[in-house]
Amino acid sequence: MARRSPEPLLWLLFSAGGMAAALLVPILLFLFGIAFPLGWLSAPDHTHLLSVLRHPATKVILFGLCLLCLFHWAHRFRYTLYDGLQLKNLSLAISLLCYGGAVAGSVAAGVVLFRI
Amino acid sequence: MPETDRITLQVARYRPEQETEPTWQSYEVPLRKEWTVLDGLNHIKDHLDGTLSYRWSCRMGICGSCGMTVNGEPQLTCSAFLTDSAPGPVRVEPLANFPVVRDLVVELGDFMNKLTEVKPWIIRAEDKPLDEGEFLQTPEEMDAYKQYSMCINCMLCYAACPVYALDPDFVGPAAIALAQRYNLDSRDEGAADRRDVLSSAAGVWACTLVGECTTACPKGVDPAGAIQRYKLTAATRSLKDLLWPWGQR
Amino acid sequence: MSRTPASRRPGPAGGSGPAPYRKPVPTFWWLRRRAYLVFVLRELSGVFIAWFVVFLLLMAGAIAEGSGEYERFQDWSGQWWVVLLNVIALLFVLLHTLTWFGLAPRAMAVRLRGRRVRPGPIVATHYLLWALLTAAVAWLILKG
Repeated sequence: MARRSPEPLLWLLFSAGGMAAALLVPILLFLFGIAFPLGWLSAPDHTHLLSVLRHPATKVILFGLCLLCLFHWAHRFRYTLYDGLQLKNLSLAISLLCYGGAVAGSVAAGVVLFRI
Repeated sequence: MPETDRITLQVARYRPEQETEPTWQSYEVPLRKEWTVLDGLNHIKDHLDGTLSYRWSCRMGICGSCGMTVNGEPQLTCSAFLTDSAPGPVRVEPLANFPVVRDLVVELGDFMNKLTEVKPWIIRAEDKPLDEGEFLQTPEEMDAYKQYSMCINCMLCYAACPVYALDPDFVGPAAIALAQRYNLDSRDEGAADRRDVLSSAAGVWACTLVGECTTACPKGVDPAGAIQRYKLTAATRSLKDLLWPWGQR
Repeated sequence: MSRTPASRRPGPAGGSGPAPYRKPVPTFWWLRRRAYLVFVLRELSGVFIAWFVVFLLLMAGAIAEGSGEYERFQDWSGQWWVVLLNVIALLFVLLHTLTWFGLAPRAMAVRLRGRRVRPGPIVATHYLLWALLTAAVAWLILKG
């Protein structure tokens, strides 16, 4: 069958991203975004975090998390613009913005994480 | 029987020969414990105003023709009791998201076309002659699709669906659930015939899983679940095609 | 009903009778119903998940640059508006997690020994996995 719609694969990325975000983002955001800055818990020192980040498994997991989260955002944001603001006539521009943003963000994540 | 209690029905009227958009008309009907909104409408039709138009047939939640918007919610008027809206008034409007032909009557053509597009009947690669007997099915096999077969085509799910409101090309909850009803039937061999419509941009991929179709369904069909399950099926299949393009079609 | 072939979108010119009335969709249709509002808020959680990625990468970049840069990041992330933004983001992410787990059994038809698994155990499995991963991440970060 010669139908090559990207929709199923984008949906798989969206779903995988939704699952990854649901499982991992709450604790990471709570610790680094709220608990450490407010002093509820003492922030880990630099050497410990650097050693964690230098572990290849951490790099791969974090890169995967960033990529999937960004594609998750792209998919949801695209449909929010379509439906919430009724902008479906701008669908090409919106798709470029959303998925282009996700690709650019993933490249940036790769550069940051794998240079550590 | 003395009629002490009464309730006001605010009914949306649309008579295209005399108005360009719907207006409200109020009627007072008896408030009885066993009366539904449909009974109220029938009382209006029989005793107060014979010009009111609406569809109904069975009065028992089987025919699916009396769906309307009651107090803003898509409902079967034969199962919406007047006492639930007491002291009233009860607002009765036509089903949302469909063009209104007259008063509470909406245009069904779009839904009927979509229904036939998904081929909701058993498709066999080769017909089996009658004298070879019936197709057998185990209770487990029937359990796989039975829920979806409860659909009565009342279109409440379309009225509840914001995606259909915004994009009338969307195949929509009931049609996709009915397609799944046959896709999951062990006697059916037509999944490939339904794939093009279901996995088009106006098919399952237009759905954003608001979930209101399932909330609105009076028969517990769960169209939102049917659409999600088909998304998973279609996506897994595309992934297989991508990674294994020379595999079976 | 008119007997002309039903067009997909009956417009003023379609059909023989008078034009059917089409109610326009208001721009802010999702403010009109609680379920629609929750849906739009759920979809907006994606924006905060993207913000989390930015925040995470800023932090990872700072840690890679050295301890001085990491301290500067800590000062920056302690500002009231960054904390406030992260609190709002966490609320949206939690909305995402709860709705995601709640909807998971809809997409999956899990069968065990020929019987369909009921939604309850599927949702419970998700929460269990969430608890385990949360504990593992917290242990990894806090043990140092």
